[in-house]
Amino acid sequence: MAEVILKNISKRFGADIALDDVSMTVPNGSFVVLLGPTGAGKTTTLRMVSGLDEPDGGEVAIGGRPMAGLTPAQRDVAMVFQQYSLYPHLTVRENLEFPLKSPILRTPKAEIDRKVGEVAEVLQISHKLDNKATALSGGEMQRVSIGRALVRNPSVYLMDEPLSSLDAKLRSDLRIELKSIQAHSGATLLYVTHDQIEAMTMATHVGVLDNGRLVQFGTPREIYEDPVSIYAAGRLGQPRINVLPADLFSGAPQGAAFIGLRPEQVSQGDGQECFVERVEHLGDQTRLHLKFRAHDLITVTDAHTELTHGDVVKIQPANPFYFDAAGVRLA
Amino acid sequence: MSFSATEPSIRTKWFAGLLVIGYAIVTLIPLLWIIATGFKSPADSIAYPPVVVFEPTLEGYVNLFTDRTRATEQMLDDAGPPTTWYEQIARDRGTVISGPSRYGERFLNSVIIGFGSTALCMILGTMAAYAFSRFKVPLKDDLLFFILSTRMMPPIAVAIPIFLMFRNLGLNDTHLGMILLYTAVNLSLSVWLLKGFIDEIPVEYEEAALIDGYTRFQAFYKVVLPQAATGIASTAIFCLIFAWNEYAFAVLLTSGNAQTAPPFIPTIIGVSGKDWPAVAAGATIFLVPVMVFTILLRKHLLRGITFGAVRK
Repeated sequence: MAEVILKNISKRFGADIALDDVSMTVPNGSFVVLLGPTGAGKTTTLRMVSGLDEPDGGEVAIGGRPMAGLTPAQRDVAMVFQQYSLYPHLTVRENLEFPLKSPILRTPKAEIDRKVGEVAEVLQISHKLDNKATALSGGEMQRVSIGRALVRNPSVYLMDEPLSSLDAKLRSDLRIELKSIQAHSGATLLYVTHDQIEAMTMATHVGVLDNGRLVQFGTPREIYEDPVSIYAAGRLGQPRINVLPADLFSGAPQGAAFIGLRPEQVSQGDGQECFVERVEHLGDQTRLHLKFRAHDLITVTDAHTELTHGDVVKIQPANPFYFDAAGVRLA
Repeated sequence: MSFSATEPSIRTKWFAGLLVIGYAIVTLIPLLWIIATGFKSPADSIAYPPVVVFEPTLEGYVNLFTDRTRATEQMLDDAGPPTTWYEQIARDRGTVISGPSRYGERFLNSVIIGFGSTALCMILGTMAAYAFSRFKVPLKDDLLFFILSTRMMPPIAVAIPIFLMFRNLGLNDTHLGMILLYTAVNLSLSVWLLKGFIDEIPVEYEEAALIDGYTRFQAFYKVVLPQAATGIASTAIFCLIFAWNEYAFAVLLTSGNAQTAPPFIPTIIGVSGKDWPAVAAGATIFLVPVMVFTILLRKHLLRGITFGAVRK
């Protein structure tokens, strides 16, 4: 349970800039999700906090303690890796016991057994405890590796796309499980993902990274409803925000080059005509692929819509976002 | 007949099996011949045409482990009747046993030097290989090439400088000297082989251990070593076989104190030059430790313990 502060962190790998002057405060007890495409610096940020890599410049502090020069073991962090998660020569039980038996914790045997039992219960792997780690399925392995972080009571949990290899059902189960574990224990969690559903459902805060820079930090609602740029707006929202030239519709402010329309910002019924290209019935909602002049547009409509290819619908923007030529939000 | 992409057909299996058996016979014949010769009488051992069926005797083994002197009738009478089976064998040849031979201590020297240098080579080799595999070592590639280059000439080519160095350092004819020498020769091979094995182990395991509260050395010891067991076992076998069988340096650098078995075995043949069964017996016994060592480590050679835990 601790606050994590990153101050002006920079990191280069050879000629590549992995992190460029990143500053961020992860409040105590928060669930912070880092979003961004591959290479944006998400994993590097976790490695800075964990101590697996040292920043070239800047400071990391956990719970008010500066971390410079401390080894990962001394930092009291737990980390779940995206890959190679389990020690293959050990059983599931030995894997879960491993952090508790470390020279730093030296947990008594009875307490190890209790904690391992509890975590195995939560993650539904009790019946596999004496299996070799290699005898598990991918989903079970990843649950054990999350369990290996949960058996401890570290200052911060770091998770690097822990659910990305799991099937959809298990992913949604574990999403809920992780969120409730975090909410109950009050743990601070720094979480990397590509998956915006994970970000929207679990995060108390989202950090959007772009090429090693932190472009926006706020609650998921803030990022969704008040993005600072086209890039940040594109990180959240399914289907993605539509970005069109601003002059397609009237009412664009001075200097606006692009208009950003989330599906709910496309009001149907009035306004300008466009063609229905394709209709996707997803069950709970229906996506409309529209052709508006030469531009493609995706929006959402009533699940039981009768619209088909070639129909004409009228649309107009409702409280849209405007961006300048560089993609920065104007209004 | 059903077809399977992974399972060879019965005929292919038989053919492959016969091929392996044939190859095994060809390579094993010299070995079997040596083992058989150990149980022949000296006359049978040099008989021409060679005898395949013979009356086995332990004379070779008795001669290997004992020193004997030719005895006159008078001496035999004085000594009284033989009390043990091996004395009986010696008497039958008109000799009496004057004491144990030096084969035992030569053999023990081989064990100390062979296993000692293998152990040292494994300890230094795994640590060096780990460092080369994981850390930013300045001039890493050049250093690795330099290490390998020590194997590019026959080690015996530098025998004279080594001999002089050993003499000045007082390492001549010592166990320590031979252990250091064999370790030095084997180290290049073990560093290269082990680096290959350690490179294969994903670094994420150690990073996980570092975060789980272990130091770098503990992570190496608890996570890397068990997973490198396969590589360490096979490398150790190579190192042991070299140190065990090495002849030229042993002849040059050892004599009374630390002499190993290989230079000693040919001397068993004796002044008459006929005692081939004793030589064969010495060679047979000399085979045993390496065979046992290899069989003990065999499961490590066959088992790929990291398969399956790696999510790709």
